Amino acid sequence: MGFFLETLFGGLMTGMLYSLIGLGFVLIFKASGVFNFAQGAMVLVAALSMARFSVWIPQWLGFDSLLLANILAFAVSACVMFVMAWAIERLVLRHLVNQEATTLLMATLGIAYFLEGLGQIAFGASVYSINVGMPKEPAFILENLFEGGILISLEDLTAALVAATLVALLAIFFQVTATGRALRAVADDHQAAQSVGIPLSRIWVIVWTVAGIVALVAGVIWGSKFGVQFTLATATLRALPVVILGGLTSVPGAILGGLLIGVGEKVSEVYLGPLVGGGIEIWFAYVLALVFLLFRPQGLFGEKIIDRV
Amino acid sequence: MFYRENGQFKTSYRSDQQIFPIRQDRVLVTLLLVLAFVAVPLLASDYFLKAILIPFLILSLAAIGLNILVGYCGQISLGTGAFMAVGAYAAWNIGVRFQGTPLVIQILLGGAFATIVGVIFGIPSLRIRGLYLAVATLAAQFFVDWAFLRIPFFTNYSPSGNVSVPALTFLGISLQGAIAKYLFVLSFVAVFALLAKNLVRSAMGREWMAIRDMDVAASVIGIRPMYAKLTAFAVSSFIVGVSGALWGFLHLGSWEPLAFDLNRSFQLLFMVIIGGLGSILGSFFGAAFIVLVPVALNHIPSLLGLPLGVDTAAHIEHMIFGSLIVFFLIAEPHGLARLWAVGKEKLRIWPFPH
Repeated sequence: MGFFLETLFGGLMTGMLYSLIGLGFVLIFKASGVFNFAQGAMVLVAALSMARFSVWIPQWLGFDSLLLANILAFAVSACVMFVMAWAIERLVLRHLVNQEATTLLMATLGIAYFLEGLGQIAFGASVYSINVGMPKEPAFILENLFEGGILISLEDLTAALVAATLVALLAIFFQVTATGRALRAVADDHQAAQSVGIPLSRIWVIVWTVAGIVALVAGVIWGSKFGVQFTLATATLRALPVVILGGLTSVPGAILGGLLIGVGEKVSEVYLGPLVGGGIEIWFAYVLALVFLLFRPQGLFGEKIIDRV
Repeated sequence: MFYRENGQFKTSYRSDQQIFPIRQDRVLVTLLLVLAFVAVPLLASDYFLKAILIPFLILSLAAIGLNILVGYCGQISLGTGAFMAVGAYAAWNIGVRFQGTPLVIQILLGGAFATIVGVIFGIPSLRIRGLYLAVATLAAQFFVDWAFLRIPFFTNYSPSGNVSVPALTFLGISLQGAIAKYLFVLSFVAVFALLAKNLVRSAMGREWMAIRDMDVAASVIGIRPMYAKLTAFAVSSFIVGVSGALWGFLHLGSWEPLAFDLNRSFQLLFMVIIGGLGSILGSFFGAAFIVLVPVALNHIPSLLGLPLGVDTAAHIEHMIFGSLIVFFLIAEPHGLARLWAVGKEKLRIWPFPH
């Protein structure tokens, strides 16, 4: 039982990361109808920029404070994500309004290639580490309930807390502020939003920036755990089933889907994996999502797909 | 002026239903075939045949297969690499386990196995649409990648998952030389392209297109969505499987599951989109673009005499490739085939403005 709970917690922590990456997909899909395959590349660029600037800035300015360096690097990386969002809107999205979903998908794949190349030229292609002072030592909880307690990693716990805070902040931003309202309006209906005077192009820049910052947070967490390197861009593909499981248009869906997939992956790998030779977490989530979609084609919380002739 | 159908009267149903109704097109296609079958083997160097023409032809074939699914039936697939892998590994396994099976039979059976896998992974398309389906087909990709890495039976218990084919012969002729390989691949591609071209204008092809344009409307007028979608998956994965077998046997010679990973799937989808959805000719254009651009990008730095590191060059290649794709999508979202069609329209009235 104790071991099962440990696996479960481990899964929930990974799931939180998946939720974050999935959130980036959902935000952009809702606001601009683009299925953003470049999300992985955005995470890579953000993490690379964070890793490099947190080393470069203290060197340039000549101070020696980890906290200050990280804050400055985070701010600079957020600016990088903003510039990227602006450039993508200006150079790509604006010209592809009203194109088919496939064309847009391919365009984001093109963007992904570009960003991967650019990120590695600008920041170098070796493996970097991000040190944001996450606690590294494990902790034991519930020692009175189980013998020896349950091992959980404080690092994962911190990461999950950060992710939860970010999601809460986003929820407030969407519900309370005027910009958030405009974003929701655009997500609801492009034309109606435009007709009441909401500038679509500005909304897109904001949304891509927000998705960029979500990518940055995901990149920092992931990077501080496993190091920043090229595989980060493909690792995010693992988060794709999250989005279709939760529904492409639903923020709560992305979060719940992420947790479900995280847990499912870990539990299946531990209990099912040894039977078939291991490594099944790579495809398990996909097959899970696939089977689920057979019964509910729009995902858990997605808008119902209505066909009209 | 030169390219128009004036004076070419269709006096029988037969002539009305030809693949290429305009005489100039027939002449052009014949010339192309003669060029490909006779002139190219005589003139091209071994490097050109092996490094450019053979990959180009095989990938064109795969793109035709994918185009049937995406362009004609409207079902997006990101798992093409997996079906290529199934074709290649199935053909290889048949060769290993049933010694003496003729090469062509091996390759066709590889295609048949890919068909089975394709239909299985096509079943969700009956319920799932659009982008959801695209992501769902990734399941095929990841599952197949995993299966060939982890299930030792498929690779005949070779420790690294790496398999290699023995010396190939076709009707007693050795297929070791570049020219022989090229001609073998070319014949396959020519036959399959012709078959595909015919298929998409048959009753089946029209059903696919009806499903693509609006599946509810299509089912209202009596087209069975299940039959149409699954046949599209079957035909598409057969062709893709055959191309996978050709890729493994005639281009790579020995390969591991990584040869058919997700990047291959993306690459094929790029070919189809850049070449033009719903166009057999477009598949060739797309394949040519995707095969030639990296080769060209590779040569540019050395031509300009820029001393670039291997790493930097690869990254710059990535960037240019990505931006070219975006540029093409913006400039002509309907692909190179559309440019070709526009060009032909212009040619009909040239040199007059109207």
